Amino acid sequence: MTVSQIEVGAEVEDLVQRAPWPVLLMDMIRRKPLGAAGAFIVVFFILIAAFANVIAPYDPTANAFDRMHMAPGAEHWFGTDQFGRDLMSRLIYGARTALFVGFVAAFVGSTLGLVLGVASAYFGGLFDLVLQRIMDVFMAFPLIIMALAVVAILGSGIQNVIIAITIPFIPHCARVVRSSALSVREIPYIDAARACGFGHSRIILRHMVPNVMAPYLIMLTAFVGQAILLEASLSYLGLGVQEPTPAWGLMLQGGAEEYAESAPWIAIFPGLAITLAVFAFNLFGDAVRDALDPKLRSQ
Amino acid sequence: MSVAAPAEAQVSAAPLLQVRNLKKHFPITEGILIQKAVAHVKAVDGVSFDIRRGETLGLVGESGCGKTTTGRCILQLDRPTEGEIVFDGINLNDLDSRALSPLRQRIQVIFQDPYSSLNPRMKIGDIIAEPIYVHGLEPDAQKRMDRVRELLAVCGLNPKMADRYPHEMSGGQRQRVGIARALSLNPDFIICDEAVSALDVSIQAQVINLLEELREKFDLTYLFIAHDLSVVRHLCHRVAVMYLGRMVELADCDELFDNPQHPYTQALLSAIPVPDPDIERAREHRVLKGEVPSPINPPSGCVFNPRCPLAVEGCRSDIPELREVKPGHWVACTEV
Repeated sequence: MTVSQIEVGAEVEDLVQRAPWPVLLMDMIRRKPLGAAGAFIVVFFILIAAFANVIAPYDPTANAFDRMHMAPGAEHWFGTDQFGRDLMSRLIYGARTALFVGFVAAFVGSTLGLVLGVASAYFGGLFDLVLQRIMDVFMAFPLIIMALAVVAILGSGIQNVIIAITIPFIPHCARVVRSSALSVREIPYIDAARACGFGHSRIILRHMVPNVMAPYLIMLTAFVGQAILLEASLSYLGLGVQEPTPAWGLMLQGGAEEYAESAPWIAIFPGLAITLAVFAFNLFGDAVRDALDPKLRSQ
Repeated sequence: MSVAAPAEAQVSAAPLLQVRNLKKHFPITEGILIQKAVAHVKAVDGVSFDIRRGETLGLVGESGCGKTTTGRCILQLDRPTEGEIVFDGINLNDLDSRALSPLRQRIQVIFQDPYSSLNPRMKIGDIIAEPIYVHGLEPDAQKRMDRVRELLAVCGLNPKMADRYPHEMSGGQRQRVGIARALSLNPDFIICDEAVSALDVSIQAQVINLLEELREKFDLTYLFIAHDLSVVRHLCHRVAVMYLGRMVELADCDELFDNPQHPYTQALLSAIPVPDPDIERAREHRVLKGEVPSPINPPSGCVFNPRCPLAVEGCRSDIPELREVKPGHWVACTEV
């Protein structure tokens, strides 16, 4: 009976040694240059949004009717709009609106989707069937139409814009998470948890949710870019953020229609900001997906 | 690994677990919105046995014969279609999940695959501590960790491994963690569902010795589900043989291996290879003809009749009941 008394594994102390972080960072840039570029731009936008009040050279909402439609120059790097407001300051403060809406909507939408998707897979049966058919109804509408409908019911304003963007995200995330959760449910550690008499909420939150984090994080990063785009679209259509709050979509609306020929910079710079932000989040999301998917992970 | 009979331990006569006419049928459904059952997979179809306190009952049979489903029904992971599972006087089938919870402390399970039976996102210490916490056995966090380290030590692991994640351990170590988790609730009865078949032979021997030690130390009762007959002979007091969802033979371990009565058991035992090539060549082999029939549409009468060398006309119509051919030796066959 002495065989089993041998202490197993004492020799594998400090099996996992981590490289210092600058090395890891260089490694990531070399292996995923596009993802690293995306991450870099994302961090850049976050910093701009966080320190908007320090960076912005002018008050983004102060009208100055003596300097309307000024072309980009030394005084106003990106020019001024039809009310004489500094475009660069408005873009910088607009990053705040865009990222706030983007992160909150993506986080709330995908987290609700995560819980619903896992619960749907775990309980199965009629609950799963009914929930998935409701999700089907929501998914039948294009994202923008769904968001438009919600704004039409709730009214505009930043809070309602976030709700309008969040709601169509929920079924998309729930569907993806559910398929992962269905396979996790059949793994024996879930049986072990049930055999130990754990409650449903404990099994869902402690045992299933942590094991479907990969699809969740992928959806989350993809949603941030989409949410920024949706917020810009809604604002452009006049259903989103209202003047004088600086928001990229709103700036585009003000500039594109009337001054496309006489003062094109009013539309060009917000458009560039939207493009860059969405592009960066998508690149970053792709890199996250590659990093979390073991099938694509290089040896 | 030597094949020796288990020491005649303190096996008391009172049954800890009684299984009576257990049936588990899985429906095969068709239809999108309104699903209707078109057929049933009869995974377990009328199985009865007792497990006495302190005993190890082996449950053997080929893949798909329903032995794992029997274990899952006892654990109430799958709710039985029919029959009674009486544990210490309480019929588990009558209880809802809330009422089952205190009984789950007393019935635990060790799974086959040590890689998928531990949550990869939890540390070893948390995996073992969680059941203790949920059942309120040790509310104090510090004392709970002491108990975890004690359990790890009992299972032959370094108590420092509580801070590890499952992927940092070997298969044998992980199986010991699974055993420690099963022990964490001080159970009376443990179902070992192919608990050693995923391990390599030297580790198998260690884990089997550990299971034997724990049986004596904590007065455990085991249901040992396996297909490796030499392991079963080493560990078990009694052995039950299943075929296609039914029990065909039940006897004391030595009696079953030395004097098998049912033609299926005889064929199963003759399939064990003998390490000596001369004996292996000379001995008589009983190879069954045909394939295992589908459990969706099992043969009428005795399920073994299409492959049975002893089959007579009556076997196609009458279902044989288990009958006692010798004291303690039960066979479900009319022709022996």
